Amino acid sequence: MSRERIAPHPPALAHQFDDLAQQHDVATLGIWVFLATEILFFGGLFVTYLVYRRWYPEAFVAGSRALLVWAGTTNTAVLITSSLTMALGVQAAQTGQRRRLMLFLALTMALGCVFLGIKGFEYYTEYLEHHVPGLAFQFDAGQWGHAQLFFSLYFLMTGLHALHIIIGLGVLAVMLWWSYRGVITREYSNPIEVTGLYWHFIDIVWIFLFPLLYLVGRHVHG
Amino acid sequence: MAEHARRKRTHYYVVYAALMVCTYLTWQIAYFDLGAFNTVAALGIAALKALLVALFFMHVRESPRLTVVVALGGLFWLGILLTLTMTDYLTRGWMT
Repeated sequence: MSRERIAPHPPALAHQFDDLAQQHDVATLGIWVFLATEILFFGGLFVTYLVYRRWYPEAFVAGSRALLVWAGTTNTAVLITSSLTMALGVQAAQTGQRRRLMLFLALTMALGCVFLGIKGFEYYTEYLEHHVPGLAFQFDAGQWGHAQLFFSLYFLMTGLHALHIIIGLGVLAVMLWWSYRGVITREYSNPIEVTGLYWHFIDIVWIFLFPLLYLVGRHVHG
Repeated sequence: MAEHARRKRTHYYVVYAALMVCTYLTWQIAYFDLGAFNTVAALGIAALKALLVALFFMHVRESPRLTVVVALGGLFWLGILLTLTMTDYLTRGWMT
């Protein structure tokens, strides 16, 4: 037995770990296992989308053209920017800069809210245009049935994505509280890092949703 | 330590700029009729952006090998899902 093992461990270190480095590796491994399940969770929806798009290409092109492309593009930029502020926040946590950390967490949350605001405006527009399946759906007569498939997938995929953003905002709020209370220190920045990994993953999901939903039909003229 | 932190921040800004340029490109390319290449370009750029986010923002580049294996494991199973489904749906026309 070395003397280090008997010596009292740092307060941030849980009993079951040898050292802070091991504790850190376990925390990130854990969130990555969760993210692997998330890849398959969203993956099933992406595969469904690809199959139906191949079956009904005209309806999917028409549906895609009915979406607000400026809103989708702006939201892509908003989420990528929030990923940058999140990454800077994680770094501030690792270097023990509490005020900087709180600033970047707040910025990330603000950008997440902007994303949801734009998304909500889109949903409202689509509601007014009767593009919500089941709520007096109206569309070009030739594509009426299959366009509902597109919009069902659109609302399901972006809705689940938005739910992930909402959960992320909740987690970020707790992280902001913990940073304020001094729970997060240079030695114990794992919660911020794990939150960051989750937030970046949501960004990656949107990176694939954006071209598949908003851009597939843009080159078709007429 | 401070030097290292500054260099890392520079990496973040460069990656961010690259992601924004990619977003602009994928948006503009979508308006040109490139046939099947439209989808290839859209998904290719999305994959590149996802890779940049994973490697730099999610620190996969400097993660322990076990973490990288788990991340690739998720992708591998997604690959099985995609491949086995598409070998069905993409080849149905061949029978008729």
